[in-house]
Amino acid sequence: MSDNNEAPPPIPPDDDEDEFGVIKKFCYVNRKAPYGTVYALESLEMVLIAAAFDQDVSVVFMDDGVYQIKSDQAPEAAGMKNFSKTYRALEGYDVEKLYVSKESMEERGLTTDDFLVDVEVLDAAALSALLAEQEVVITS
Amino acid sequence: MSKLHTVNKSPFDRNSFDTCLTHAEDGSAVLLIEDGVYAAVAGGQTAARITEASARLKVYVLGPDLAARGMADDRVCAGVSVVDYGGFVDLAAEHDAVHSWL
Repeated sequence: MSDNNEAPPPIPPDDDEDEFGVIKKFCYVNRKAPYGTVYALESLEMVLIAAAFDQDVSVVFMDDGVYQIKSDQAPEAAGMKNFSKTYRALEGYDVEKLYVSKESMEERGLTTDDFLVDVEVLDAAALSALLAEQEVVITS
Repeated sequence: MSKLHTVNKSPFDRNSFDTCLTHAEDGSAVLLIEDGVYAAVAGGQTAARITEASARLKVYVLGPDLAARGMADDRVCAGVSVVDYGGFVDLAAEHDAVHSWL
């Protein structure tokens, strides 16, 4: 029987684990416009939490979610908080896999020049493949 | 009876924009607010419907809600007028009734 003061033996690492535990492929799928509902802001907070736990995070913007990363947002005059700058900070949390649905972007008359972060544009087939390889998918 | 119709939902998310246009009588006014402003942005799928609507209706969009969403006034379809909060009040006062298409 071991002494109570003795630290527990370290968990031996394997392919899926490091000192912080299991790392999974998390994908956050954003489908809502930024200000009409609170979904966009809540999703952004979940992304930051997953990043803080060193998870393998991807973020997808599709349907009205593409509006979340529109540049030049100025909601202050309408009495709302401008959280769009936080998307630029994701890189600092090692969240660099940002994807935009090509179809969603084009339907809305947007181009990659409209976005405040660098994104990879994927068509529906490529997006399906990306989603298929994820272990955890959270849509909001 | 002149009416002001307001639409506050994204045309890509809900059908309130389409339903509003279907039922708004000729000569009435439609004001796009909140996420409804996305319908007024040029180059997208809603542009044709906006152009068609502006031929028989007066179409307005609320400037501060456009700006909040990063859409400059020059991104708005031809035939749509940008108004500020004062303009919203004027429109509400000028018309006999307001119909909010929630």
